[in-house]
Amino acid sequence: MSVMMPKPSEAILSRRRAIVEALRAIVPGEGVVDAANEMAVFESDGLTAYRQLPLVVVLPSTVDQVAAVLKYCHREEIPVVPRGSGTSLSGGALPLEDGVLLVLSKFNRVLEIDYDNRCAVVQPGVTNLGITHAVAGRGFYYAPDPSSQIACSIGGNVAENSGGVHCLKYGLTANNVLGIEFVTIEGEVVRLGGMHLDAEGYDLLGLMTGSEGLLGVVTEVTVRILQKPETARAVLIGFPTSEEAGAAVAAIIAKGIIPGGMEMMDRPAILAAEDFVHAGYPTDVEALLIVELDGPGAEVDHLLAEVEAVGSANGAVTCRVSQSEEERASFWAGRKAAFPAVGRISPDYYCMDGTIPRKELPKVLAGMKSLSDKYGLRVANVFHAGDGNLHPLILYDANEEGQLHRAEEFGNDILRLCVEVGGVLTGEHGVGVEKRDLMPEMFDETDMKHQQRVKCAFDDKHLLNPGKVFPQLHRCAELGRMHVHKGQVAFPDLPRF
Amino acid sequence: MSMQGSTVEASEQRLSVEPQTEGDIRDIVAAAVSAEEPLAIEGTGSKRGLGRPVQAARTLSLAKMSGITLYEPEELVLTAKAGTPIAEIEALVDAHGQRLEFEPMDYGPLHGLDAAQGTLGGVIACNLAGPRRLKQGAARDHVLGVRAVSGRGEIFKSGGRVVKNVTGYDLSKGLTGSYGTLAVMSEITIKVLPTCETETTLVLRGLSDAEAAGAMAASMGSPAEVSGAAHLPMYVAARVAEGALGEEAATAIRIDGFGPSVEARAAHLGRALEKVGKVDRLDREASRRLWRDVRDVRPFVDGTRKPVWRLSVTPTRGHEIVMSLRMQAAIDAFYDWQGGLVWLRMEAGEPEADLVRETIRRFGGGHATLVRAPESVRAATAVFQPQPGPLAALSRRLKEQFDPKNVLNPGRMA
Repeated sequence: MSVMMPKPSEAILSRRRAIVEALRAIVPGEGVVDAANEMAVFESDGLTAYRQLPLVVVLPSTVDQVAAVLKYCHREEIPVVPRGSGTSLSGGALPLEDGVLLVLSKFNRVLEIDYDNRCAVVQPGVTNLGITHAVAGRGFYYAPDPSSQIACSIGGNVAENSGGVHCLKYGLTANNVLGIEFVTIEGEVVRLGGMHLDAEGYDLLGLMTGSEGLLGVVTEVTVRILQKPETARAVLIGFPTSEEAGAAVAAIIAKGIIPGGMEMMDRPAILAAEDFVHAGYPTDVEALLIVELDGPGAEVDHLLAEVEAVGSANGAVTCRVSQSEEERASFWAGRKAAFPAVGRISPDYYCMDGTIPRKELPKVLAGMKSLSDKYGLRVANVFHAGDGNLHPLILYDANEEGQLHRAEEFGNDILRLCVEVGGVLTGEHGVGVEKRDLMPEMFDETDMKHQQRVKCAFDDKHLLNPGKVFPQLHRCAELGRMHVHKGQVAFPDLPRF
Repeated sequence: MSMQGSTVEASEQRLSVEPQTEGDIRDIVAAAVSAEEPLAIEGTGSKRGLGRPVQAARTLSLAKMSGITLYEPEELVLTAKAGTPIAEIEALVDAHGQRLEFEPMDYGPLHGLDAAQGTLGGVIACNLAGPRRLKQGAARDHVLGVRAVSGRGEIFKSGGRVVKNVTGYDLSKGLTGSYGTLAVMSEITIKVLPTCETETTLVLRGLSDAEAAGAMAASMGSPAEVSGAAHLPMYVAARVAEGALGEEAATAIRIDGFGPSVEARAAHLGRALEKVGKVDRLDREASRRLWRDVRDVRPFVDGTRKPVWRLSVTPTRGHEIVMSLRMQAAIDAFYDWQGGLVWLRMEAGEPEADLVRETIRRFGGGHATLVRAPESVRAATAVFQPQPGPLAALSRRLKEQFDPKNVLNPGRMA
């Protein structure tokens, strides 16, 4: 593990037996797991490069139990790491040696579906796709669709503000959640929002969404559900250069078209995917766009024609419109299999997640090429082209001495490049432990102190998920100091009352 | 427009300071902190009538912090200083075939002021959205990044200029709707989207509030991608679109998008709604006029200061709340957001805050904000919904973290 985590507390480690007993008194039976072999399954999340056994695993099944566990941990000053399905790609659910791993997987029920108000109330352990399955019978679905949607939990989606292929048109998790119930580290149950559209007071719902388990433990989620679009069709457009593909993306948006999905792949990604799933991708192009249009049939037909025209006007050399639902699925099969496809051509790969202003794509791809030469590692790119979210896949071999380290350095340089062109460190995977130490690339110390002040308002003892997101957590008392430089004000002559 | 029987409120008599740079804002706030002299934070002052009156010695006006600093239509992004007139921004993006998708409403006319006087900072600080909020989200859903000065006199930034960004806490959302009580925003980056090629509105006539709730729910649950659903009860309907609708109750369903698509969806939904009653169609211009008036609460623009409430409730319960209130108080009401946004005018002049909030609680929950009332009434009434203990404690701690000396708009959201 090359990331520094907070030093475990000897005092907590030495009390482990008593802590386990106290937790058993709150969550009976199999809800507390302390045997190393049984905890092994929880030692990492989707970012498997980092592993750590927790102090103990607790799987509560009621909100009262969650509240009692948190209250106990708060009183005893024991760190708590919340976990949903453990699919995070940034180490958000990485356990701590001296921390309780609070697993919400037993909260797996859909509580209420209200079609007239188009929302569903679910427990946090329900999977993203599980929500869609629960409402599909009436022609509804839940829009955000992270690629892990078959496994990832809605509670985890709230923690990470998850996106997906369709978020250009339908928004991220934050735009599709109407309300939550969560438990504070003190064990207080708080409800934000509900079936009404705006939560009152400060937008704590907006702050909680994407807070990576550092502010509270979500125990219920109310999401917006949407009527499934009448039709969806996709078009595959191949370009000789990524510049031309990028220009086509800009031209589509300039026409006022917001596609349901708009993905780009570069040549190494195209070749890997085609070799793996035989999606029928053209293999002689440098960039491939998949544009999906959804909505009423009349609209989709109308816009497909416009998108095809934009493609040819921008130098497209191939263009294929899906003629059936089966063919549409095959267009996506290649894109969706891009990660495992790259896994076949390299022993290991490292997936990055920066976002850039779209127009900077050619510059960033060129920069990546020279970094690839510098580090001696290959890179394949898949790109949510509509919203500028880039997923470079760095190919390496962990068994080769030093390659993992080089891959990480390469990845860090890519993210620095994203920030340099006006973008950000992470579009949808979260900061977690993975990008924690890169935060200063994007935020100065005052920026980060203001973020930490939110943390202090929710969890002033820093017990929830410590070691994630912030490279250094300042003590709240220290953050509380005011620095006012008297005599340096700009308006010394202003009247005072 | 002049206000009948208006008097100059205390809040209009404060001395004003007008910073020209972000550094000026920092210095003014820092001086206020060291002197412990609270500031009222304003753009042009067009929303002074919103929230509880602020007890402050001076006004920090952002009117001189004006200008669009970045607009890249193809990237769907715009950055402007907080004091930039919202009208200037809307005109610029309109010239490029784009718009602010959250359709920001304008409280000016309701407060007896001219329309279109507000600033971007004011719209974001109050999280103002219009009818399209139902489908496309509120202002908070379209803010990508901010620069601001906290009540500690420190400049900080959050977010960025790209839509997909989960780097660090979303302080941009935290500041949106915080009414200038956490920080003074100096610059804001928002997402813009293409304007719809065309729009139409289907209108059902003569429905009761309950029938209208059913028709709106059915429309929203159809694949027609409805972008507005409002119900104007009898007599209220006459007060929009310059009386073009007449007095009979009107239930309005808006459909917008590309021409062929709007035509197909309107025809399909129109046929489905025929079961409820005769369906009229408004053309693009009439539709725009209607929704602008619904957005800006035109039926209650009456030259009075009778209390007006804004209720955010479960959409299908809105009419039950109104029905119950009608039996206990003299009220006038109409609905936006499929019934989830209720505008309520108290005809007897008393705000009746407890009655309004207790009724909401009994019918599915939500919250009420007193958006118009004389300063003395707003000073004596809980303008914003009182919060339960643990939530109130969290809000208070957030305020203390960002503004420990309580110098930014003190009491405004209390």
